[in-house]
Amino acid sequence: MAIEKLNRDAVENVASLAKLELSDAEADMMTDQLDKIFDLVKMLGEVDTEGVEPTYTPVQTQTVLRDDVAVNAHESDALLANAPESEANLIKVPTILDEGA
Amino acid sequence: MDFLKTDLATLHQKLVNQELTVTELVEATLENIEKSDENYDAFITIMREEALAAAKEMDEKGVPADQVLAGIPYGIKDNIVTKDVLTTAASRMLENFKPVYDATVIEKLRDAGAIGVGKLNMDEFAMGSTTETSYFKKTKNAWDTTKVPGGSSGGSAVAVASGQVPYALGTDTGGSVRQPAAFNGIVGMKPSYGRISRWGVIAFGSSFDQVGILSRTVKDNAYVLNQLAGVDEKDQTSSPKAVPDFTANLSEDLTGVKIAVPQEYFGRGVTEEVKATIEAGLETLKSLGATVEEVSLPHTKYGVGAYYILASAEAASNLQRFDGIRYGYRAEDAKNLEELYVKTRSQGFGEEVKRRIMLGTYSLSAGSYDAFFKKAAQIRTLMIQDFQKVFADYDLIVAPTAPNVAYGFGENADDPEITYMNDVLTIPMNMAGLPGMSVNAGFSNGLPIGMQFIGDQFQESKVYQAGYAFEQATKLYEQTPGGAK
Repeated sequence: MAIEKLNRDAVENVASLAKLELSDAEADMMTDQLDKIFDLVKMLGEVDTEGVEPTYTPVQTQTVLRDDVAVNAHESDALLANAPESEANLIKVPTILDEGA
Repeated sequence: MDFLKTDLATLHQKLVNQELTVTELVEATLENIEKSDENYDAFITIMREEALAAAKEMDEKGVPADQVLAGIPYGIKDNIVTKDVLTTAASRMLENFKPVYDATVIEKLRDAGAIGVGKLNMDEFAMGSTTETSYFKKTKNAWDTTKVPGGSSGGSAVAVASGQVPYALGTDTGGSVRQPAAFNGIVGMKPSYGRISRWGVIAFGSSFDQVGILSRTVKDNAYVLNQLAGVDEKDQTSSPKAVPDFTANLSEDLTGVKIAVPQEYFGRGVTEEVKATIEAGLETLKSLGATVEEVSLPHTKYGVGAYYILASAEAASNLQRFDGIRYGYRAEDAKNLEELYVKTRSQGFGEEVKRRIMLGTYSLSAGSYDAFFKKAAQIRTLMIQDFQKVFADYDLIVAPTAPNVAYGFGENADDPEITYMNDVLTIPMNMAGLPGMSVNAGFSNGLPIGMQFIGDQFQESKVYQAGYAFEQATKLYEQTPGGAK
């Protein structure tokens, strides 16, 4: 697949996938900068990779099994102390659905 | 006191002989950090109370004669979690985060009696090579405070180079230990992928990340790796390979050692003074008995593009966890859950982190996956094969660590492509999981130049042996920054 020049729409679509909100100025800058980075990426097209296995991790290790024993690693109080908002031993979040939706 | 003219073995002997108590050592260390850090801004958090409590305990039970690190202070990059001690990854996202557990590396150093004295500045989530993307502060180079310290482990490098601590932990995903070590004239080792547990290291690119060690000398570095290396049941990718004594067989003789020099590592962008310094370094290695031959690693030039796709894709995935729900920053004004995620992430992450998340998300999205992610992973295979061919005939590869010396703040800030090219000589070792270590090889206008020693997987001993011989032949570690003391 050829790598096309990056446009604003594509950048905004990716931002929404990544759960990011960009200002107009940020979106313009990001479009411009990502496009420059894509110049580095376009070079990769020169390389014949037909039949080459992809590498996802550099060192092969064996999967190790352990006994399935439950451990209580952390106290819930300590964990909840890091939550921005909590109540009754639960983490509190805003409305999941819009009012009236 | 500072640590510019001493080493771990000497300090250890003083503590064991009770010429110095641990409390005196830690007090003096903290005092020097608090004073000198006005110049350097290396630390985000100073662990005064924790360090003094540990020192008192060590003095009460006595310094064990068989633990070289016992009672000696060290610094910790702020993306390594420390129980009950602020751990920010230099991000607004974690500006109030106190972990509920210690990273495995922290546990192991505590087992050895080592005393953590503070958390060190870095590029936000380790993304950057100047430490300028930190949300909190700009760390200054130990040799010239108008220059960047390198990154992302810039705080760790400056803390060691300026004598605030004898060694510090860093992390290296594409050069983040080696390049700041080079910019500050110290030793920076990134071991093989899997050599050290990543449990408790805030993830960036999980198939690239490795804890590294920054120190003044090669032998000090090897002592610390002795303590950190080994399999960990909490990290599936940690290696069960036997851990040798890395301080063994260090000598000044390199007779019979076969060194390969890749021509591609002296190409476009590598400055003349860096080339000349490394060429002189290679002559030194020859004089110690090594043979030096030129080789080719033909896929080197594709490394930067492939790395930024793969590491950013892994980062985009790893950083999904920062959503404002369970810990860290939460945006105030969100009306619903979706808005909470979006506002939290948009306000909590800095510009460079957003750029990498965007690049990674794009690479993994439908329609781009084959041309980006899969292609880059195939090129990773070809780079690994290049290395395998060289290591079939040679013991080590030697090259520059970085194409340039430390530069001014804000230079290249508008052009991420130029900044990314800074990593061209360090990224390949993360792609292939190889150990790489930077050792100071000389100066240009008072700024240090690093030489990189690269070994085959799990051949850290060979890397240390060559680095030690070179360091003893040049004694460059005796030169220390004098500027801002």
